[in-house]
Amino acid sequence: MTSPTKAEDSGSAVALEPELASTSETAKNKTGLEGRSPGRLMWQRFRRDRTGMVCAGVVIFFFVIALLAPVLTAISGTDPYTLYGQDPTYADKPVLDEFGLPLGYFGGVSAEHWFGVEPQYGRDLFAMLVYGMRTSLYMALGVATLLTVTGVIIGLVGGYFGGRTDYWLGRVTDFFLSFPSQLFFIAFMPVVTAFFVDPREETPTYFRALAILIVLWVLGWMGMARLVRSVVLAVREREFIEAAKVSGASPARIIRKEILPNIVTPVLVQFTYQLPSTILTIAFLSFAGVGFVEPTPDWGRLFAAGAQYTQQDPAFIFFPGVALVIFILCFNLLGDSVRDAFDPKSGR
Amino acid sequence: MSENLTLPAQQGSTDGAPSTTETLLEVEGLTKHFPIYGGFPIKRKVGAVQAVDGVDLTVGVGESLGLVGESGCGKSTTGRLITRLLEPTGGRITYRGQDITHAKRKQLAPVRSEIQMIFQDPYSSLNPRQTVGSIIKSPMEVNGINPAGGREKKVRELLELVGLNPEHYNRFPHEFSGGQRQRIGVARALALNPKLIVADEPVSALDVSIQAQVINLLQKVQDELGIAFLFIAHDLAVVRHFSQRVAVMYLGKVVEVGDRESIYNRPRHPYTHALLSAVPEVRVDEEEQRERIRLSGDVPSPISPPSGCRFRTRCWKAQDKCATEEPPLVQISGNREGHLTACHFPEDPTTEARDEDVVLDPALKALEDSAGKE
Repeated sequence: MTSPTKAEDSGSAVALEPELASTSETAKNKTGLEGRSPGRLMWQRFRRDRTGMVCAGVVIFFFVIALLAPVLTAISGTDPYTLYGQDPTYADKPVLDEFGLPLGYFGGVSAEHWFGVEPQYGRDLFAMLVYGMRTSLYMALGVATLLTVTGVIIGLVGGYFGGRTDYWLGRVTDFFLSFPSQLFFIAFMPVVTAFFVDPREETPTYFRALAILIVLWVLGWMGMARLVRSVVLAVREREFIEAAKVSGASPARIIRKEILPNIVTPVLVQFTYQLPSTILTIAFLSFAGVGFVEPTPDWGRLFAAGAQYTQQDPAFIFFPGVALVIFILCFNLLGDSVRDAFDPKSGR
Repeated sequence: MSENLTLPAQQGSTDGAPSTTETLLEVEGLTKHFPIYGGFPIKRKVGAVQAVDGVDLTVGVGESLGLVGESGCGKSTTGRLITRLLEPTGGRITYRGQDITHAKRKQLAPVRSEIQMIFQDPYSSLNPRQTVGSIIKSPMEVNGINPAGGREKKVRELLELVGLNPEHYNRFPHEFSGGQRQRIGVARALALNPKLIVADEPVSALDVSIQAQVINLLQKVQDELGIAFLFIAHDLAVVRHFSQRVAVMYLGKVVEVGDRESIYNRPRHPYTHALLSAVPEVRVDEEEQRERIRLSGDVPSPISPPSGCRFRTRCWKAQDKCATEEPPLVQISGNREGHLTACHFPEDPTTEARDEDVVLDPALKALEDSAGKE
């Protein structure tokens, strides 16, 4: 028997089910006969998945960076709004040449501007990127959470109560699914904004965020609802639900205690796929010009700007692009690992 | 296994029927029709699966009633109707004089704890996300029962009662074998101190070697706690071992009911004869020959059951009367007290071999004929 720490360190951790041997030992040491819940088994499998652990690390790293954006920009001594190329305060340290292109190599990488500066304005790319990630990641987190909660509620209600309720909820889901979502995002963003804010006034940034949230939410919950409904339909027919009914449990208790714990797995997996795609969608909205606008730092807007500058200054798009590719890749691989950990039989 | 299980049954068969017990559950004309919808564009009811069609049963206090029959004859549906998992289409279910046929969840609450159920599939009847402790505890929580010494103590006692280690309290169902899981299911059913347990094929999903253990556990529970059982099974040997009274179902109806001895040794209904004759038996001695009846075909569709007697399409004694007149479930002449049979032309009350085997299956008949010629 190997202890879990040993199994972790040694490269042979990929053996089929070593955790069965390794952790039953520790479990016994701790509390005598303590069972391992499916959740704990999943966690143990996940910990042996190196890709998953590395990707989880990267993803957490991105979130921490986004969270610590003010701290990081304080260290670098820059901020995303100052026009270092035009502001007279910084005239003694020129960052742009007379054509508005960054001085120095690779988009003007220097000790002050770690990732270079933006052509024309001279804004600091590092500060714009970390603040942009902050906008994108937390927006996406908010949207994905909303989608999940809505999807779970609608799927649960439809799946559990069935019959007419299920029929009509299903038709509503189909109705929303039939919208071409990308086009509708572009078409509806100005509509939603104009609905609340007079078009002649300037839209506050918080309201743009709210509008994005609303549009992505209204047009995005269907996938989760369908998934949850299908899982609930399967769980509902299991005999332990009948056992709960025989004991006189209320529908609320059955949903809460018996069904919900059994749908956590697919919901969590779907969530880990949903989040990166939401980030891409938000970036797409800003790229298309209906999301965040100047001067709010945003990942998608960096690409829109980068696309303009790419002929003169290809380095500008390098850092945001690499960051996004790494993040989305890791998040998707993380999703795969989570799914594999929950369901080891669904091998590739 | 059959031999093992039938042994005590044969020993015990002399005590006869416990006839004078108080009635616990009474079922009259219980009916369940599952509607079939069809048609386009407007869906409407085009028919009904008559899963259970007029079942009469009584279960006495502390009595074990076995319910046997082929697959699809409505045994499980009857059990689910009695535990009110399904809403009956018609008939009456009376528990201790209280009509619970259409009672709502809140009205049922006082009765709920007294009627419990043991399920067929131990792999699907336990929530994989809950510990054994919380699975067994949850009926007590729902019904607000606080046993002396706390719920956890009671759960540990129950685990011990069903032959599991009380230390298993914090384990999860996936760490147990099928037989152990079924024991957990039994413990859950016992958690509320029920008076009646509906056991829906409690052993048919288990390994043969485990079946006996679980059956003996149930018998122990019944003897010690005096719980009445409605024991649904298709294994006749198991029912013979377990039940004092037996009801035979065919296509949604009870065709014969009586005490164990009557049903197994003095059956009257042709279907009961056929059912008993279908039990494979290992016999070394050739002295006591049993009758041999082999039916042909399958149970007719419950969507459009045959008129009159439902068994007539497969019965070798069927006559015109069977098609027109439905035989009532009554005590026919030659039957003992409490032995009811629904048949116009009952068989002799014996299971001994008759002059000629009844082989209705054409394929089997052809096979045997050709074997006989050679």
